[in-house]
Amino acid sequence: MSLALDVFTVVAVSLGALFFLAGTLGLLRFPDTLTRLHALTKADNLGLGLVVLGLLPQVSSPLGWIGLIAVWFLALLAGATVGQLMAGAVRPAPLPEGTADRRGGERPS
Amino acid sequence: MSVGPLVDIGLALLILSLAVWIIATRATYRAAEGFVAYGLLAALVWVRLGSVDVALTEAALGSGLTGLLLLRAAARLPADDPAETSRPSPGLRLLVGVLSALVAAGLAAVVLLLPEPAPSLAPAAMASLPETGLGNPVTGVLLAYRAVDTLGESVVLVLALAGLWSLAADGAWGGRPASLRSAPAGNALRFLAQVLPPFGILVAIHIFWIGADYPGGKFQAATILAAMWVLVLVAGLRQPPPVTSRRMRWLVVFGSLAFLAIGLAGIGLADAFLAYPDGWAKPLILVIEATLTLSIAVILGLLLAGPPADDRSEPGS
Repeated sequence: MSLALDVFTVVAVSLGALFFLAGTLGLLRFPDTLTRLHALTKADNLGLGLVVLGLLPQVSSPLGWIGLIAVWFLALLAGATVGQLMAGAVRPAPLPEGTADRRGGERPS
Repeated sequence: MSVGPLVDIGLALLILSLAVWIIATRATYRAAEGFVAYGLLAALVWVRLGSVDVALTEAALGSGLTGLLLLRAAARLPADDPAETSRPSPGLRLLVGVLSALVAAGLAAVVLLLPEPAPSLAPAAMASLPETGLGNPVTGVLLAYRAVDTLGESVVLVLALAGLWSLAADGAWGGRPASLRSAPAGNALRFLAQVLPPFGILVAIHIFWIGADYPGGKFQAATILAAMWVLVLVAGLRQPPPVTSRRMRWLVVFGSLAFLAIGLAGIGLADAFLAYPDGWAKPLILVIEATLTLSIAVILGLLLAGPPADDRSEPGS
């Protein structure tokens, strides 16, 4: 049983690390801010989630489980908010109906 | 084969190259961003060295809070800032380079010439620890053996806040700190500012409480509390109090005053300034830590909130 759990840990943490690697690659290679954010949040959500999932069987105390899951949950919350903030900064909110768009139209390049 | 040395070598290379990049980069804002990453790497180095207390402080204060202050300063500098456009003369640069190399060589010599085993006060610190009722030797050093240093630190923070407030224009005095005022916050930020503080306060109390026996303590807890407060301020859910608010000013000096009062009482009740009477060390340290946590949190939040600005003027950057 413990061997199966160890195998599960290794597989899940490795998968998580793979997501972090892919996310980092995307952050470096993707062409604009929004797609880079996409790559970054994928690494945070799925990568960290898989790492946490893989570590759960290695922790014996329920408090440890809650701690690990709380870390993931808080990272999700912070990542989602920061993603929104950064996306909002590069893409201004749509103007109210009927006003002409006189902004410089600065598209992310 | 253990991966420990590989991780250490990788960390060392990473932190050194990041340090070189921070010095070499011409843009102030980027250098400040690099400094934040540098602080997080330094925190990892402290973890590898087994100093989790220092790592927590480095990540929270060194990287997070100082990084934010630097970013704000960089954002306020004019675009044609002379530091970015002009370069010092070659002679000056050579001099600075030679002096830096000398300091680095001196430090390296000191580290390499340490006697084996290196001199250490750790056994002495551990031997007297039971008398303080604490389990974490770092807290023992900070609040029992070298309490006078910690008292000085808490007063320095109050002075730093006074220095920051003295930057306010005459007309703005009495107003609210304005540096966190910015564009109206979006829904996402407001949501985070409503959801996160209960967790943050819980984590801060936990870090404060376990500081007696495990890595943690007032500075780390206060930084988390300050972060929660600043988040609420940035999201616009609350306004910072005016700098003339009596209640806030009492909160700012409360920790240092309580520390000082307990220290002075030590002259009469124990045998020296900042000495604790027998059996009273743990409860007194707890009172000092609790009041200091509150005061430091308020001071750190106010440092980030910046000097007061005239309410009619444009919001700060």
